[in-house]
Amino acid sequence: MVSQKQKEVMSSREQILANIKKNQPPLVSLPAATQSTTSGLPDERVHKFVTVLQAIGGQVVPVNSWDAIAAYVSKQFPPPARTINLVQELANDHPLAVLENDPHQLESVTLALLKGHFAVAENGAVWITDTRLGDRALPFICEHLALIVHADAIVPTMHDAYERIAGEAPYEFGTFIAGPSKTADIEQSLVLGAHGAKTLTLFLLSGN
Amino acid sequence: MEATAEPKTKDHAALADTFNKDEARVDWHDKTLWFIRQKRDKAAWQIPDWEHLRETASQIKHNVLSNLHHYLETFEKQAQQNGVTVHWAADAEEHNRIVHGIIQKTGITRVVKSKSMLTEECHLNDYLAAQGIDVVDTDLGERIVQLAGEPPSHIVLPCIHWKKEEIGQLFHKHLGTPEGNSDPQFLAAAARVHLRERFMTSPVAITGVNFAVAETGEIVVCTNEGNADLGVQLADVHIACMGIEKIIPQRKHLGVFLRLLARSATGQPITTYSSHFRKPRPGQHMHIVLVDNGRSERLGSEDFRNALKCIRCGACMNTCPVYRRSGGHSYHYAIAGPIGSILAPGLDMKKNADLPFASTLCGSCSNVCPVKIDIHDQLYKWRQVLAKNGYVSETKKTGMKGMAFVLSSPGLYRFSGAIGRWFSRYLPFMVNNSLNPWYKQREMPQAPKESFGEWYRKNKKKS
Amino acid sequence: MKVAIFIPCYVDQFYPQVGIATLQLLEKLGVEVHYPEKQTCCGQPMANSGFEDLAANCNDLFVENFSGYDYIVSPSGSCTLHIKDHLHVEKHEAEAAHIRSRILELTEFLTDVLKIDKLPARFPHKVGLHQSCHGQRGLHTSQMSELVAPGFSKPQHLLRLVQGLELISLDRADECCGFGGTFCVGEEAVSVKMGKDRVADHLHHGAAYITGGDMSCLMHLEGILRRQHSTTKVIHIAEILNAG
Repeated sequence: MVSQKQKEVMSSREQILANIKKNQPPLVSLPAATQSTTSGLPDERVHKFVTVLQAIGGQVVPVNSWDAIAAYVSKQFPPPARTINLVQELANDHPLAVLENDPHQLESVTLALLKGHFAVAENGAVWITDTRLGDRALPFICEHLALIVHADAIVPTMHDAYERIAGEAPYEFGTFIAGPSKTADIEQSLVLGAHGAKTLTLFLLSGN
Repeated sequence: MEATAEPKTKDHAALADTFNKDEARVDWHDKTLWFIRQKRDKAAWQIPDWEHLRETASQIKHNVLSNLHHYLETFEKQAQQNGVTVHWAADAEEHNRIVHGIIQKTGITRVVKSKSMLTEECHLNDYLAAQGIDVVDTDLGERIVQLAGEPPSHIVLPCIHWKKEEIGQLFHKHLGTPEGNSDPQFLAAAARVHLRERFMTSPVAITGVNFAVAETGEIVVCTNEGNADLGVQLADVHIACMGIEKIIPQRKHLGVFLRLLARSATGQPITTYSSHFRKPRPGQHMHIVLVDNGRSERLGSEDFRNALKCIRCGACMNTCPVYRRSGGHSYHYAIAGPIGSILAPGLDMKKNADLPFASTLCGSCSNVCPVKIDIHDQLYKWRQVLAKNGYVSETKKTGMKGMAFVLSSPGLYRFSGAIGRWFSRYLPFMVNNSLNPWYKQREMPQAPKESFGEWYRKNKKKS
Repeated sequence: MKVAIFIPCYVDQFYPQVGIATLQLLEKLGVEVHYPEKQTCCGQPMANSGFEDLAANCNDLFVENFSGYDYIVSPSGSCTLHIKDHLHVEKHEAEAAHIRSRILELTEFLTDVLKIDKLPARFPHKVGLHQSCHGQRGLHTSQMSELVAPGFSKPQHLLRLVQGLELISLDRADECCGFGGTFCVGEEAVSVKMGKDRVADHLHHGAAYITGGDMSCLMHLEGILRRQHSTTKVIHIAEILNAG
């Protein structure tokens, strides 16, 4: 038991933890399995991923070469577009950007071109971490976002996603990005392009 | 955030009555939210083992509540190892002081904030404003209600009660958009520009926390707009505010909760951004404020602790036939609807005694809840607590005592029934008048000559 | 099979025809029905208002009246659920437990115990089924739209056995009518609005009759229909199944 005097001396942390220990119910164990059945043939995953991403406003561009990506970007985002490319394989056509350590400098970025780690079929999301973002602000501050994902790097569900993440190098910051930013706050009218990117182009790379 | 600071004098019934004066508007509000409920249904049916997923999420949360101290200690240790400063706030006041303290040290007065019901619960904006700190809510819906000087009416869709023409007028007044323009695309674009300027010039960003992972010390923030991310990445200081119940044990559990959250809230498979903040960006200071504010107390209640499983999805509000026809402001609390009605009395029984009665106990809420909170059972239990503590009106209590008296005696019951029916048949004006609330918009049932009991005795009983 | 019927207080006083139909229907189906005469009320009005303790005498009376039966059948999902969930009598807990396990709402009894698959009933009208909440979500008399689960409906199964009956579909199959006990007067504005919306749904789909398993819901909808001078009527499912 804790006396009133002791309570006065106790920090909030101690108070809170003491109260929790006193009040929490008897231990209930975690469920045995949290993963549901998620089998999905590779082709089905691709189809599902594309369908869902398109439905949520993403633009899917299937390609089978890096050159095709480079050409598409050149065509759709010609100068004076300010393109930030962080993808090594596209460096010939779109020189790798060198980012200063100030996210405010990225305000005028028209297009950010980034490589995702993998994608999730059930919800059209792409997982990308700080190791590939250059600056964490980049995918959110740019006007348009383009992500590259290998067609064989699509997992069926979020359960599979976290299994995959567990097997990868630890991140300091990571995010799932599913389509362009959006809002429906104005009388439930869907508007693509809220505070983040106005469009999301997804290059689905097969072959390589 | 009770921006108008008016003492609450009207209860849910009175506020709902006012809301219902404009029937067309009620229809619009109701249909809008029902449509979202239907989107949720559609999304749920895409997952064949949806019910198993709900059960799994519920069990994980039960485990969390039974081992909360351990998970919080683990989370704190991990977060600290990640370079994050962890604070503990016993109540709303302390939370506000801590947040203000952090801001004060920076000397900054321009702050952006993304959606956090916890900060609403603590009235953080008002507190900071009184200290001279300018907080801008960056979620579009929250910015709209902030400009209008009112609290959000829904935890996920803050300005669901606003029509686009009204938003157009509001933006004309505050952002200088052309008068009469109510095009959502145009207005959203204007808001983007207005808030982008704010993001660029606010070195402190406050966010909420959708999930905090004990195993890794990371927090997850989900938005569609990208406002939380933009705010944080452009800031020198990130302050994340969370209720202590937002903890989940392991990162892999996010697989369960992120599959349930957006589908339950809006029918989307996932929000546009689900950002995992583990370590602050180089050069940035990250703080997490763990808030109790009555939660550890509620943890000790067998009847009411399950409300702590809540992941703030709002599905219960969308499905609630009463919420849809009374609007969030009728609940006079930061969190409205069914979940609000079982949380609010815990914080202030006197002020919120009306809320558990703003329900028909239909049970729809409990069955859309992704974590299986027994909401409608808790509403019933709160009624018992409130009655025992004297928060149910004397009139009602007397009426109920009278009813109980009559119903406990078969003879008296039969006699009263006969009298009642006699009056109804021969002196209907005694019942059909403006003192009878039933009669306001409904006809009274027509009283039969005899009750079933009387019929039975006459026709069936063997003498 | 020893069966007793429990007739809800408001049915007893205002809609005796529902009790009569229930009794006659069960007898038609070969059930010998007892009507314990000292019954009054299940106690729900007091309990739902927060005064569980005031229902104690009702609980005592209920156990007195309904002990020792194989089944207790009631034409009310709401009252049945209340007894199932809340009937406790300190000195007679064993009897109370027995009653709780043996009380069934009428449609449940017909489909699950009597397992009827035909009825000599005729009701050649367009009928809308109002799925009362307590019966549906509490007693699982039919599947609720909130769950991702196979559909089923005991009341619908029974109505489909009735000759000539045309069951209409609704926009919102299981939205609450807004009666809710004292809610109907305590939150009058919302209660009526909910009822009006239910009525509109049925009328929009051409219902000549609105039926269901709870007269409380139907009484509320009837009040609105009559205020609107509508020709559509309410009728308890017992009366339809007993018709012709």
